[in-house]
Amino acid sequence: MTFSPELEARFVKLMSNYPQGRQRAALIPMLMYAQDEVGLVTQEVKEEVAKRCGVTPLQVDEVVGYYTMLRSQPMGKTHLQICTNISCMLRGGDKLWEQACHKLGIGHNQVTVDGTVSLEEVECIGACSWAPALQVNYDFRHQVTPEQLDVLIDELRRVG
Amino acid sequence: MLFNAPHPAEVKVLTRRFGLENSHSLDCYLANDGYKAFLKAMEMTPDQVIDEIKASNLRGRGGAGFPTGMKWSFVPRQSPKPKYIVVNADESEPGTCKDRVLIENDPHQLIEGCLIAARCVDAHRGWIYIRGEYRYLIDIMDRAIEEAYKNGYLGKNIRGTGYDFDLSTHTGAGAYECGEESALLESLEGKRGVPRIRPPFPAVSGAFQCPTILNNVETYSAAPSILLMGGAKWAELGVPKAGGTKLTCLSGHINNPGVYELPLGFPVRRMIEEVGGGIRGGKKMKAFIPGGSSCPMLTGEEAWDLTMDYDAMAKAKTMLGSGGVVIMDEDTDMVKVALRIIRFYQHESCGWCIPCREGTLWLRKLITRLDAGMGSSTDISLVGELAKNMFGRTFCPLGDAAAMPIMSLIEKFRPEFEAKLAGVSVVSPELVRIA
Repeated sequence: MTFSPELEARFVKLMSNYPQGRQRAALIPMLMYAQDEVGLVTQEVKEEVAKRCGVTPLQVDEVVGYYTMLRSQPMGKTHLQICTNISCMLRGGDKLWEQACHKLGIGHNQVTVDGTVSLEEVECIGACSWAPALQVNYDFRHQVTPEQLDVLIDELRRVG
Repeated sequence: MLFNAPHPAEVKVLTRRFGLENSHSLDCYLANDGYKAFLKAMEMTPDQVIDEIKASNLRGRGGAGFPTGMKWSFVPRQSPKPKYIVVNADESEPGTCKDRVLIENDPHQLIEGCLIAARCVDAHRGWIYIRGEYRYLIDIMDRAIEEAYKNGYLGKNIRGTGYDFDLSTHTGAGAYECGEESALLESLEGKRGVPRIRPPFPAVSGAFQCPTILNNVETYSAAPSILLMGGAKWAELGVPKAGGTKLTCLSGHINNPGVYELPLGFPVRRMIEEVGGGIRGGKKMKAFIPGGSSCPMLTGEEAWDLTMDYDAMAKAKTMLGSGGVVIMDEDTDMVKVALRIIRFYQHESCGWCIPCREGTLWLRKLITRLDAGMGSSTDISLVGELAKNMFGRTFCPLGDAAAMPIMSLIEKFRPEFEAKLAGVSVVSPELVRIA
């Protein structure tokens, strides 16, 4: 399997970051960056990364099964994560979550039928002092109001 | 750039460059004391540097509060194995968002902190383990590291000192458990983030089974300032057994939430009323979390007259923790708070040991039932009992982190749990009257 030249360059750099013979250490970063490019951790990605890190595909499965951010299922074009943990909940994060579920007609870790948006109720994303917060893919949005969330979801559904 | 307006009561040491134009750049860092502390450390012996850190009374800022100088001195420098530096930037404790601002606004301060730690134990390799959700911070850190390499502040023969040090970022992938030091090391090695049995501690056998210094972002970030101002002077900023300042994240029902750098021993009352601008809507404070959701909760009355330092919080049977202060007003539904907290710990339990895996699940089931107004009074006692039996009986501190807030909630807010059973919520006095 081939990756983009940028990702290949990143992998070479990653491999050099760890002591000789301990290249397994690059496994999680490689999976994360590969997922960014491919969209999910496919069987093909698993086998390729396993080969490069010198582990078995089963060992990759063990790791993928553990970490929330590594996904074997496709997500929407935009992945919307809403924090409902304590600091966000106290400032309306739970209401934002219900609003998003209702408006998109999907729940936790589900994708809209057209594949544009997926939704996740996320655990603390470290934005407690700027709550309620959410993430649009990797971008943070702070002190989100219900009106802003409405506009955001309309926009995501329109442009995908 | 992520930071709130500074408050006059703050003592800005680690955050003194925040707000300067391009504070994240090497140019700005160099123009404001940057990398001077490392060059100073190179003129000192490793023991002198460690003595300076010991004199500063710096304690680990990740939550446990272990004396940093002592931790660094545990590394066997004579060991033939390579020594490593690992930074814990897996900031995931609910209520905590301070490492974010430190990396975003001043990444070179962290790099210099790593260099100083490396100098103490003769380490030549380090990793900054950053949680996966903080991708934009990984990018900021990667750029800062690249800049440091290009200008000779990392790599071979750093600034002509003859010292070599390599540093890179390492992304996590969404696991609270990896904030626990031994689970973080497993994750760094490309495995599931399950904790290791200790001893041996990381100082002796850490990353790749080599002697390792593992500290929080804020701890390393303090090192350059300590060397520049002198350990004794840094110690004076705080209280007798804990020196310096602490980045405190105010969140919840407070008028001016934000991250503030306050000297250790700062009064809670001033922190809430003056720095935080008081409770939102002029309401009363019902509950107070001093340092992340795993700390035992205090009632408003218990918290008001305390000071923000390790010993004062320990005396009040809670912890200073990570500095994630969460404030809840009189209208907060404490059963919902309990449920949200236990849902988090149940989700994040790694499943390695049974008391935590089963305990958090049963607590979640029981509290879900109580929140729905079902169950019975004995269920409330059972929640307390379960939490008590989980405490101290798990492989790593996650079990304690789940048990402590729940035990304190049952102990201090039991009437709210009882009221839910009766079909009324004590959060609305109106409803109580009708009932």
